[in-house]
Amino acid sequence: MTEANDNKESVIEVSNLVTHYGLRKILDGVDFNVKKGEIRVIMGGSGSGKSTLLWHILGLYQPTVGEIKLLGQDIQKISFNDMLKLKQDIGVSFQSGALFSSMTVGENVALPLREFTDLDENTIRIISRMKLEVVNLGGFHKLMPSQLSGGMIKRAALARSIVMDPKLLFFDEPSAGLDPVVASEIDDLILSLRDTMGMSMVVVTHELDSAFKIADKITVLDKGKNLLTGTVEEIKNSKNKRVMDLLQRRSRHDKLDPKDYLKRLTQENYTLS
Amino acid sequence: MWSFQAIERLGFAMRLFWDSFYWLIVGRRYKQKVRLRQVVEQVRVNGFDALPIVTALCFVVGMMLSIQLLYALSDFGAESQVLLAIAKSVTREFSPLITGVIVAGRSGAAIAARIGSQVVSQEIDALKVMGIVPVRYLVLPPLLGLMISMPLLVICADFTAIFGGAIFSVHKLDMSISAYLVESFNVLVVGDVLQGLIKSVVFGIIIVLVGATTGFYVTGGAEGVGKATTSAVVISISFIVLADMIASYFLTQ
Repeated sequence: MTEANDNKESVIEVSNLVTHYGLRKILDGVDFNVKKGEIRVIMGGSGSGKSTLLWHILGLYQPTVGEIKLLGQDIQKISFNDMLKLKQDIGVSFQSGALFSSMTVGENVALPLREFTDLDENTIRIISRMKLEVVNLGGFHKLMPSQLSGGMIKRAALARSIVMDPKLLFFDEPSAGLDPVVASEIDDLILSLRDTMGMSMVVVTHELDSAFKIADKITVLDKGKNLLTGTVEEIKNSKNKRVMDLLQRRSRHDKLDPKDYLKRLTQENYTLS
Repeated sequence: MWSFQAIERLGFAMRLFWDSFYWLIVGRRYKQKVRLRQVVEQVRVNGFDALPIVTALCFVVGMMLSIQLLYALSDFGAESQVLLAIAKSVTREFSPLITGVIVAGRSGAAIAARIGSQVVSQEIDALKVMGIVPVRYLVLPPLLGLMISMPLLVICADFTAIFGGAIFSVHKLDMSISAYLVESFNVLVVGDVLQGLIKSVVFGIIIVLVGATTGFYVTGGAEGVGKATTSAVVISISFIVLADMIASYFLTQ
């Protein structure tokens, strides 16, 4: 699939992204490029900046330096109306689901339709129930999010993120905290959504099995840098020590710098730089 | 450090106020319509549902005033002036203030808790990535709701407070209740009632802006939400009392 895909247009182009959280540098010159119809998995240990990268691509935070283009549009330069149109081509499934707790599942799924389309109530109901059927939650539209289990919340959030038929779909830890069966169901859902609706997807995860199952290409982030991008095979065969650590679940063996260690312990106002 | 934070939040609250009306006026053009249903719902939750407690307390305040004023004015043999004193003080000062404090405790806390927990559970981010402007969706409806329901509450509070005063005063004044009420409305001028209504709108704005600002600044999970709720109530009541004094000064010029 790689060669056929190389000719396709890019849906996400991130170049030289540098971001800070306070004074701490989180991302350090990340380049990131996703083609149409591709499932890209972003991997990396905790604190490697993978969620930060996702939030910046979605425009929730302003980068220090760098350019982000979604579907060919620079998100830092486009007008409010264009951004609004762009956002309707984007679906996001949050780690916690982020369903609106004051609304039923059905109302949650129907919200984007209610806000941005002029469809009548009947059509909205049918579309939102259809999307719930897609994620195997048919008949659950009247329940409140607090009445759902963790896996169901994630699936309901997925239904909400695809209700506008987006071209781009983002997942933050789709299978974190779920049992293996439900996690694998969500993986299957992701694959079938790509195949049936032709969406491009970005999945942030650190579940190896799930990443290898769904990914067309994997990007490994480490310490705010794009360590390696490649197909599943390339990642598996990588000789890079950090990548191998990640894949073989080895703990890090960073050498301890005694001077730095002492500084961290004793200095009152020590912050990571 | 503390003062920087205070100024930052003051600026944030002003921004919320400005943004709210910006989206109210231009929202339709950017697919950010304000739903009438949402506003009506807010009027119901923050106004109508507060009616029993507001009227009950204002009734008691009216009685309390008449007890104190009858005692104080009896030194001068001016008990008959108690009617005027109650009518003016209640409409100008007490009903808006009591209403403001109660609504701050009910709605201010609710707004802070709601927005705060939505910040914690990423619901605000979810709104943003969907293309729904959070201010338009979460701040504007309660803002309009309170700007509408506060004056209505104050009118009801005025009636019950004067009625409460009447219940206690009529024996000492040797009047019938209906005569007392008619006389009260005779001594009131439009300016008295209007002053209370203007204040109540200002209080409503303060309650929503303080609640929303503390809510949006929540960090640190459930504990943060609890802290925000507490400080929303304390800060909004403080600002209400301060604004009351300032408004009194300018409105009595």
